[in-house]
Amino acid sequence: MYTTELSKTTNVASTEDPDKLAAFEARVAADEFIEPKDWMPEAYRRTLTRQISQHAHSEIVGMLPEGNWITRAPSLRRKAILLAKVQDEAGHGLYLYSAAETLGTSREQMIEALHSGKAKYSTIFNYPTLTWADIGAIGWLVDGAAIMNQVPLQRTSYGPYARAMVRVCKEESFHQRQGYEIMMAMCAGTADQKRMAQDALNRWWWPSLMMFGPPDADSPNTAQSMRWRIKRETNDELRQKFVDITVPQAAALGLSIPDPALRWNEAKGGHDYGDVDWEEFYAVVRGEGPVAKERIKARRDAWEEGAWVRDAAAAYAAKRNRKAEAA
Amino acid sequence: MASLPPIDLPPGATGAGAFDAQAAETDGGVLFDHLLRLGDDSLILGQRLGEWTGHAPSVEVDLSLANIALDLIGQATHFLNYAGEIEGKGRDGDALAFHRDVLDFRNCWLVEQPNGDFAQTMARQLLFSTWQKSLFEALKGSADRTISAVAEKAVKEVSYHQELAAEWVIRLGDGTDESRRRMQDGLDWMWRFVPELFDMDEATAFLAARGIGADVAALRADYDRRIDAVLAEATLDRPRDQRPILGGRRGHHSEHLGHLLCTMQFLPRTYPDATW
Ligand SMILES: [Fe+2]
Ligand SMILES: [Fe+2]
Repeated sequence: MYTTELSKTTNVASTEDPDKLAAFEARVAADEFIEPKDWMPEAYRRTLTRQISQHAHSEIVGMLPEGNWITRAPSLRRKAILLAKVQDEAGHGLYLYSAAETLGTSREQMIEALHSGKAKYSTIFNYPTLTWADIGAIGWLVDGAAIMNQVPLQRTSYGPYARAMVRVCKEESFHQRQGYEIMMAMCAGTADQKRMAQDALNRWWWPSLMMFGPPDADSPNTAQSMRWRIKRETNDELRQKFVDITVPQAAALGLSIPDPALRWNEAKGGHDYGDVDWEEFYAVVRGEGPVAKERIKARRDAWEEGAWVRDAAAAYAAKRNRKAEAA
Repeated sequence: MASLPPIDLPPGATGAGAFDAQAAETDGGVLFDHLLRLGDDSLILGQRLGEWTGHAPSVEVDLSLANIALDLIGQATHFLNYAGEIEGKGRDGDALAFHRDVLDFRNCWLVEQPNGDFAQTMARQLLFSTWQKSLFEALKGSADRTISAVAEKAVKEVSYHQELAAEWVIRLGDGTDESRRRMQDGLDWMWRFVPELFDMDEATAFLAARGIGADVAALRADYDRRIDAVLAEATLDRPRDQRPILGGRRGHHSEHLGHLLCTMQFLPRTYPDATW
């Protein structure tokens, strides 16, 4: 997902036409889709623009940690699968930018906000990929967490976002299976491979839990977003589901989850787990993640070094149009 | 003038080693060699295009470069697996891709050239894909059924690569002053590697005569027509013919290939006992 909804307090009722607002809320409550031409409260538009563009940016920045291993994938088959995966992520970025554009912000504006540090993307992509096992761990855990976040969004109230999520979710589940398959091969392999796999889990576990965003108690917008069906389950609910599904998968690999407090709680029918380091999370959100600077620099460099290509394409298209008009 | 210090020659030295024993038994099967050429061209260019991932001028371009790379890696997998079968020594595509050194790679110089800027990458793509398309069209009729089946499927992919590259070469050539200059430079850089694609060495002639390989020299005229048409539309100059650089098909490459292999082969070489 890669969205991390951060506290931005919104005061909706004071500025909007009360009749329109009431009609809008009734439609949303009835699980109708809101479409681009429909009336919507400004705060809804703003929140969605922020959420969808963050999601789009995450898809694009997320190509970097995995792209880091395309040239070093250890077999032809793994190389092809990783290329296809990263290609899917680029496609997700494109659908999502288009969905966000229907809310009235251009792709250029969104990209500029990313490059200036104004727009955020998922904290998870600010961690480095050190070994091939990281590619397995990302597919298994990061795509896994993304699915967990995104499946409910297939029923989100904004039509273009919901439809984008349907396409995206299908592909994410492939990614997750392929990631887990990498982990299986490595865990059943040599001692060196198992060591890499365990180390990858150690490094990616906590950042994966952070992908669901801050605890409910510290998510002031959750109530509003749930009411608007922009969000359908709370951060803590999703995080709990993720932990419960992932624990047996780790056991099947013979890997241990780096959390001494992790245990099954019969009474709640789920796992108890240790405290997430929210200090670290907020630091990464602020742009202080281990490779945050590298990630943004890579995106900016690609954009700036590609400027002449985009200019040329525009100039060529303009020449074409002039010729067509003259003819 | 100082003379060289003398080297004491060890008595009875002949220089004979493991290589000499082995050289006697490998006849370097012509078909095996041919399949390596086909597979290595696709593999090395796919590897090069993979370097762009995440760094292209736009997300759309990123997508299309990854897409081409994916097709090429697929072709390489087919050709190299088949090469392993023909060789009959238990090597598969992965063994061939990840455990050979420079002297045993059979790709042309063109595909191992660095990406450079996007114009240089597109120049390489146009020059290569235009050739590969004609080659696969010819190989569809190969007497070798595996080669003809792979070529049949791949020719559709390669047509798309060729079109995409041609569109970009035209856009960049007829875009801005800067893009035109860069596109011309990219072409000038790659041009000296074109003759190698059409080089009829003994092995190529041998397989062409048996209907297994293609008569690549015969593809040249059509190739020139297709390239000239793109250059004309792009308002670019056809580069001056330069002295051909040959050798890739015999394992004599540019300095770039060794570095590419270092990256590509690092994991299987560092952990030779691992399966992934
Ligand atoms: Fe994705
Ligand atoms: Fe994914």
